[in-house]
This record gives sequence, structure tokens and C-alpha cells, in this order.
Amino acid sequence: MEPMVVHTSGLCRRFGGRWALSRLDLDIQAGEKFLIMGENGGGKTTLLSVLATVIPRSRGSLSLFGMEPERHLTRIRQKIAFLAHLPSLYEDLSAAENLGILFRLMGASNPGSSLLEQVGLDDRPDPVRSYSAGMRKRLSFARVLAQRPDLALLDEPFGQLDPEGFNLVELLVEQLASRGCTVVMASHLVDRASRICDRALLIQKGLPRWQGPAASASRAWGLLYGHEVPRAREQAP
Amino acid sequence: MKWDHALLLSGAVIMAVGHCMGLFATPPEAYMGETGRILYLHAPTAWAAMLAYLLAFLAAIGALWTGRLAWDATVESSIELGVLLSVMLLFQGSIWAKPTWGIWWTWDARLTSTAIMLVAFIGVLVLRSVVHQPARRMVVTAVATIASFVNVPVVYFSVKWWSSIHQLPSDTGSVDTIMALPLAVSAFGTAFLTVGFIGSRRRLAWKRLSREDAAPDLPELPPPLDLEVG
Amino acid sequence: MMQFVWVLHKDLFVEWRARSRIVGLATYALVMLLIFAFAVGTDTTALQQHAGAYLWLAVLSASTLLLVQSFQQETEAGALDGLLLLPVNPVALFYGKAVANLVLLTLLAAVALGSSFFLYDLHLRGSLVLLCLNVVLGTAGLAAPGTLYAALTARAPAQQLLLPLLLLPLVVPPVLAVVKVTDLLLVGDPMNQLSSWLAVLASFDLVYWSLTGVLFARLVEE
Repeated sequence: MEPMVVHTSGLCRRFGGRWALSRLDLDIQAGEKFLIMGENGGGKTTLLSVLATVIPRSRGSLSLFGMEPERHLTRIRQKIAFLAHLPSLYEDLSAAENLGILFRLMGASNPGSSLLEQVGLDDRPDPVRSYSAGMRKRLSFARVLAQRPDLALLDEPFGQLDPEGFNLVELLVEQLASRGCTVVMASHLVDRASRICDRALLIQKGLPRWQGPAASASRAWGLLYGHEVPRAREQAP
Repeated sequence: MKWDHALLLSGAVIMAVGHCMGLFATPPEAYMGETGRILYLHAPTAWAAMLAYLLAFLAAIGALWTGRLAWDATVESSIELGVLLSVMLLFQGSIWAKPTWGIWWTWDARLTSTAIMLVAFIGVLVLRSVVHQPARRMVVTAVATIASFVNVPVVYFSVKWWSSIHQLPSDTGSVDTIMALPLAVSAFGTAFLTVGFIGSRRRLAWKRLSREDAAPDLPELPPPLDLEVG
Repeated sequence: MMQFVWVLHKDLFVEWRARSRIVGLATYALVMLLIFAFAVGTDTTALQQHAGAYLWLAVLSASTLLLVQSFQQETEAGALDGLLLLPVNPVALFYGKAVANLVLLTLLAAVALGSSFFLYDLHLRGSLVLLCLNVVLGTAGLAAPGTLYAALTARAPAQQLLLPLLLLPLVVPPVLAVVKVTDLLLVGDPMNQLSSWLAVLASFDLVYWSLTGVLFARLVEE
């Protein structure tokens, strides 16, 4: 049987005297699109960072692709791409040059400008320093695609994007999934994100509150917070 | 009685005995006269400083190896003691050098490398004070400590070679057997005191570090939301 | 091994893109050389006698600025974290960066050396090859510990202060040696000390380049 892409049991992460994440049991299968939702500071980014092996866990067990990060860090990292808050880019280089560096360091051949076309950045030869926040996000997305991961971890994929960018994210997530890539995203745009995901997890103050089909995510959110989910701006009446 | 208190007490007694012997039981030094008696204070201070830095170095390796904060407490306390002893060392040296050589400072290899070692480890303490995340602070301190310690002999020999061209390094000469006993006694006393102080300081550091890094109880898992009821 | 080459290539490429920074640093070193001359006075003999000291002091202070800035490239937008997750081997990463810094520092030192010949009216009495070797070995003594300490202080506040505070005591031996060799090449070497000082410098470099790589790998794992 193929191992779970993500398996955690009793996963906890502490920053100093504060538990940012606690008692989390999670199983994500290959090819799933999984949504992590919660308010700001609720532990979404902490969870993604632990899954991305950026920071170690404090307690509990974690295995990725059936491997423990302590033993097989390099092999795990080769399979993972992480869309973090910081874009992980060189500000003085252009979009194409940033991707070029990535390909060389991965030892892969550069597929040329097709990736940049996909994210709508093929006409920008200037350095990243002059890009807007949304354009950096698009470039970070190109970076994730370029890594051809088996597990893509996306932290606020809709953040800083325009409505057209929202559609683009949906398209790119579909594309990742069609390659068999497992997608885990964290977002507080529950309405938007739950439409493209299969399953969802709701965390509050680092504790898991609900897990279930993404279709019910909005109801779970409403139940917990006693009001409707925040909607993407362009859909507001 | 805690072991560090025992060490402090016995160290103080042994050192007092050593200094009494050095001050009253031995004849004045052949070349330097009465000022030569600072030897019984100066040489043990130097050895104790090296001992403190050596402990810091070993503890830093332990910290990198195991990743345990207990080692970090030892690093912190040893460096602080080392810095204190090196400051004392430089003052004693100057007090001795003025009547003997007529100058406060000379570019002698031992003196210069002590000064460089001192500023290097003060730098490590400053670095330590600006990093707030305990695990990161431990690694950063350990790396800087190892680099600074390995540097000590290198600095010593390079300065020795460098200054030997300008002037011959003054040697205190060999130590007569009649002076060896009080010297050894004070050296042991100082070493006991140093290790005792490091032990006491370490306990404080460990208390602070473990409070900083104390894990509060895990929050209770709330009951899962029931969508059917809602 | 390939990763090392690509890290080196990447670092030099990024610096090339921001080359006005290097020009600025070289100018800074030049200003230092001028200031030393003003501080000493118009006594050309004194300037010539201590040219090695002034030259390397200028390079040293410019190099701490360079090291701080070159590491900021990696941290300002999280590029370093991205590299480690790729995953890039930390040892390859360190030596790539250290060699890139070595190249930049050598460039800086070469500019400063060239201008000091012009400004201080210096005459080379030793061999030019040895002078070049000396410059490379001297900057190597700064580059490896400098890269390590730039990483060490990268996320700390007041990096501009901390880096020189920690780095300068560490690089006393190579600075001593490189100033000595420069002086011997400029004013003559009656006692044949040159080769032994070069050997001292080379052995420092060897120790530093091997030790710092190991420490860096442990540092970025955190």
C-alpha cells in the first residue's frame, strides 16, 4: 500500500512558552487537495512550515511520503515545494534569471519562458525589486511549478493577488493536481479555497476543531465563529 | 553543601594559604624584588582564564553535538568567568609592568593575544545578548565560541613572530623550586574558585534558560464541531 | 560539486547585477587611503613605510561592509531558506559563497593596491607574482571567516556593528601576515622573511577554510 503523503499524530510546535500548534492528527493521501483554514495567528503558517521541514516539530510524530524528516531530510525536500510568505527570490535579478538559478541548482534543464507565460510574467525582463507584491506572488508560483513537486505547500496562495490572479491560482492548482501532485494550502479565504479543495481542516489557536469535506468548510467556519465566511472581495454584493 | 559552594570555600582557603606562603615564606624574587611576588597571583589568574575558556570551548562542542540547552548554560557561565579573569589578568600585568619595564603596555605576544582573546569573547557575549530564540542563540554562541577559541593559539604564535622582530619578548625566566610550591598552591586555589564560580553561575543561567524554554501544558483538545447540530 | 559551481556562479551573477555596490565599496576603500594620507601628513616617506598597513586597513573596513551586504541578498527576501529547501547542500552553499566573496574581495584589494601605488608613490621591490599571491591569500583569510560570521549575524539586529566586532579579532593573524608580506615586497626583504610569512598566511587560510565550512553547515541547519 502506498504510504500517506502526510501523516501526523499528536503533532505540536512550541515557540518559547506558547503552543502555536498542538495535538494535531492529520492524514493526507496522494493527489488530494487539502485546505487548512483558520484566523490570523491561528497556526496555519506554523503547520505548513513544519510540513515543509523549515522548522522542526516539538512533539508528536510526522512522516512525509512514509519517511521521517530526521532521517531522510534531503529526499523529502526533493519532493516538496513551499510557497512561503517571503518570496525566496533575488531582488536584483529578473524573473527569468531567478528561475534559471533554480533550475541549475536542481540540476534540471531550463524549459525557457513557458513557465513565465503561464503566470503572466513573460514580458518583464527588469529586476524583481521593481515588481509589485502580486507579481512576486506570481513568480513564487512559477517557482513552485518549476520544482515539479510531489507535495506543494501553499501559504496564502490568494494573498496579494487581483481577481485575475485568483483564477490563475485555481488553474495552477488544477495543473499541479493533474500531474499527481498533492496540494496543501492555507488560506482564510475559505469560500474561494474550499471550492478547489477536496478536504479541509479548521484550526483555532493551534488546536484542530474540525476536519471534513471541503464542501462543508464554510458551514464549519460559520458554526465556530458564529458568522458567515469572509468572501473574496470581487464576489461581495 | 552544593559542590560549587564546597569548591568556592576550599578554593578561597587554598588560595589564602598559597598567597601567605608567597608573601611571607619565600624570599624576594632575584631580579624584580618584591614586585615579583605578583607572580603568585598573575600566573594562576592566567591559567584559570585559559581553563574557563577551555571549558567554554568543550561545552560549545557539546552544545553543537547534542543540541541541549544545559550545555549552553555552561558556555555562558564559562565565557563570563573567562572574560572577568582576562580583565583582571590585563590589569595585573599592567600593574606589574609599570615598575618593572617602566611602561603599562607592551606588544608582547602573551599580552597582545590575551587582549585579542578578551575582545573576541566580549563580542561573543554581545552576540548572545541580541539573539532571543533559545535554540538559535545556543548554536550561534557555540559556533562563535569554537572559532574564537581555536583562534587563540594562532593569534599567540603570529603575534610572537611579528613582535619578535621589533623586540625580544621578555621572559619571566624559570621558576625556582622554592617559589614553585606557593605558586602551585595558589594555582589550585584559583582553579577551584574559578570552577566553583562557573558552577554557581551555571546554575543561575540554567534556571533562566529553562524558564525561558519551559513548555507549558498542552491545551486541552476541544470537542469537535458537530455540523449536524449547527 | 556542481551545486558549488552554481552557487558561486549565482552569487557572482547577483553581484554583477548590483555592480554599482562594488564600485561604491572600491571608492570607499579609495577614500580611506586618502584619509590615511591626510591623517599622516604630506610626509611621503612615512606613507611609503606604512603603505601595507594603510592599504589593508582600507580593505578590511570595506570588506566588512561588503560581507554584510552580500549576505543581505540572501536574507532580505528569504532566498537562503529557499535554497536550503531545494535542497542545496549547505557545504556547497558555504564554499560557493566564500569563493564568491574571495573573488569580490580580491577585486577590491586589487583596486586599492593599484591606487595606493599611484597615491603613495610606491615602488615594488619584490616580485609581482608574489604580490598577487599575497593579495589572494590575504583576502582568502578574510573571506572564509567573513562568510561564516555574516551568516552568524545575519538575523541579528545591529549586524553592521556585530560583524566587525566578531570578525576583526578572528582575522588578526592573516592581517598581520598580509601587511608584513606587503611591506617586505615594497620596502625590501633584507632578512629573507618573505617565504616564511607567506607560509604562515597559507596555513591560516587552510585552517580557516576547513573549520568554517563545517561550522556553517551546522549553523544553517538550525
